[in-house]
Amino acid sequence: MSQIKLPEDFVTYPEARKKAFMALKALKESGRRVVGTYCTYTPQELVDAADATPVSLCAIGEENIPPAEKVLPKNLCPLIKASFGGAVSDRCPFYYFSDMVLAETTCDGKKKMYEYLGKMKHTHVMQLPPGRTGEGALAFWKLEMEALRRDLENFYGITITDEKLRQAIKLRNRERKAILNYYEVGTLKPSPISGYELNTIITSNEYAFDIEKKIAFLEKRTAELIEKYHAECEGKPSRPRILISGCPTHGVIDKVIKRIEELGADVVGFENCCGPREKKDPVDETKDPITALAEKYLRVNCSVMSPNPGRLEALGEQIDDYKVDGVIEVVLMACHTYAIESSAVKEYVTKEKGIPFLSITTDYSTTDQGQIDTRLGAFIELLG
Amino acid sequence: MKYNIGIDIGSTCAKTIVLNETKEIIHRLLQPTGWSSVETAGAIREKLTELGVDWDNAAVVATGYGRISVPYADKCVTEITCHGRGACHIFGSDNLAVIDIGGQDTKLICVEDGMVKDFIMNDKCSAGTGKFLEIMANTLAVSPAQLCELAEKGGGVSISSMCTVFAESEVISLIGRGESKENIAFGVVDSIVKKVATQAGRLNLQDFKVCLTGGLCDFPYLRQRLEKTLNVPVDACPDARYAGAIGAALSAAAVRK
Ligand code: SF4
Ligand code: SF4
Repeated sequence: MSQIKLPEDFVTYPEARKKAFMALKALKESGRRVVGTYCTYTPQELVDAADATPVSLCAIGEENIPPAEKVLPKNLCPLIKASFGGAVSDRCPFYYFSDMVLAETTCDGKKKMYEYLGKMKHTHVMQLPPGRTGEGALAFWKLEMEALRRDLENFYGITITDEKLRQAIKLRNRERKAILNYYEVGTLKPSPISGYELNTIITSNEYAFDIEKKIAFLEKRTAELIEKYHAECEGKPSRPRILISGCPTHGVIDKVIKRIEELGADVVGFENCCGPREKKDPVDETKDPITALAEKYLRVNCSVMSPNPGRLEALGEQIDDYKVDGVIEVVLMACHTYAIESSAVKEYVTKEKGIPFLSITTDYSTTDQGQIDTRLGAFIELLG
Repeated sequence: MKYNIGIDIGSTCAKTIVLNETKEIIHRLLQPTGWSSVETAGAIREKLTELGVDWDNAAVVATGYGRISVPYADKCVTEITCHGRGACHIFGSDNLAVIDIGGQDTKLICVEDGMVKDFIMNDKCSAGTGKFLEIMANTLAVSPAQLCELAEKGGGVSISSMCTVFAESEVISLIGRGESKENIAFGVVDSIVKKVATQAGRLNLQDFKVCLTGGLCDFPYLRQRLEKTLNVPVDACPDARYAGAIGAALSAAAVRK
């Protein structure tokens, strides 16, 4: 069995976050506009076109739960609680440095939480249609794109030109490609990189503030990893290969992702918002930019959409492309939409794709680490 | 002689099985886990030495929630895999659905061709576990075995709380209202069986031979109620409480190879 692969310059998730924070501080001091965001539905290109930097706000950390529970109910998804808790307690430096927040009405918990969040700082909440196929959904979403454009213009006292939007779309499409290629290193068997590292670079914000630099870094890292694969890994036996699905997992990266690898399997891919979920699907560069953005950002395969058939298709493709031996779905406690989709996902993975499936429900606390370890361990044992 | 030793340190009991080369059980040990798994593991080692185990010819696999606390184990294997393997050995079949009602958790394990295919474990909650039965028996001032006997003569009561703590207050208020012990006991067993059946609904039990392992396997009434609710025959046998340890001992034989 091969060892867990960590490069010499390996950084842990918290270290990467710290670096990101220092970089943001410098950026802010240089007078740059900063917009805080939470979700994959956020049209980053509109923020870019306002000459602002979109940053992902903290939605992790057990320590962010108690301040949130002063206002929010206990029985709520930890991601929502940590988002709110990080913001109200000033523990999320990214929130602290944001001029405004850009959010969407995704799940019920989030949209109601934003009502409280909006009392502290200007928060623009885009109204997301509940399904992508509904009549009028696209037209409505397009109006929401336009409303966001106007709000950004008013808030900053600027004009967002179509030209700026087009540039932003081109740049972000290049970034998408770089991120996708990087994630697809995971398709190599055996994988030359741990899932933990794969994920840390992308979800930690570490390289978020200079897209050109980020692209260059990712291209370099991807090339190094491919080289490493040919030099050290090719032809060697592989540990069981796991694909992660379900809710965002950056809040449980130590508790689940790292543990899977410590217990003897490789996390090779992510079919969730911590992975390349929307990266395969660029914004159309030929259309009117607002239309193109509205179309693109309605195609995100999230369980908040009903129906959400794109998720199973994407999952199937990833199972094949990443040569996956088993799927582990992570459902955050009290996330109804993913919990409900779980049965359909299990059915699809075990019946149509014919590979084992494990669903675990957990939160950001460490109290259930023992139970989680037993489930993960048993699942890896059954993969042999 | 070679010794294949399986040690299953559960939340309430530690079970140890020693198999010889031909996979016959030569020793069975059962003791409470106590407050320290490490001490329990030490005590097991002493006991095995007394019984004449030759450590130079022994392979040890530890399982159960205290599996990491057995310093002399050659390997740790999860209780899911061990229970699956052990049950196949005990019930003489490679295709099984195993219902294990343990002290702190309930597991449902599907085994196909001797390999675990799927499993479900209850979440951070003691409803539907041995602990639940134990607490309710305490409240009624009887032993768990007595509770099951009483339940057979009762009926008509159902306990609605899924949480053990709330269920306990429910039982106390039933006692206060003068409800008979038999009827309350019926409600307790009914609650466990329903909880297990809900979990089982997520697996296709109809396709399997179903068996009951774990500490509650020798309560015939519980088994009958399970059969009725799940609508499938449920097998049990006295060694089934050692299923995890037997599975671990079988794994020990494989470690040696
Ligand atoms: S899972 Fe859905 S709601 Fe959550 S970040 Fe992703 S797209 Fe947004
Ligand atoms: S994980 Fe589920 S409940 Fe939590 S924010 Fe995302 S969609 Fe909402």
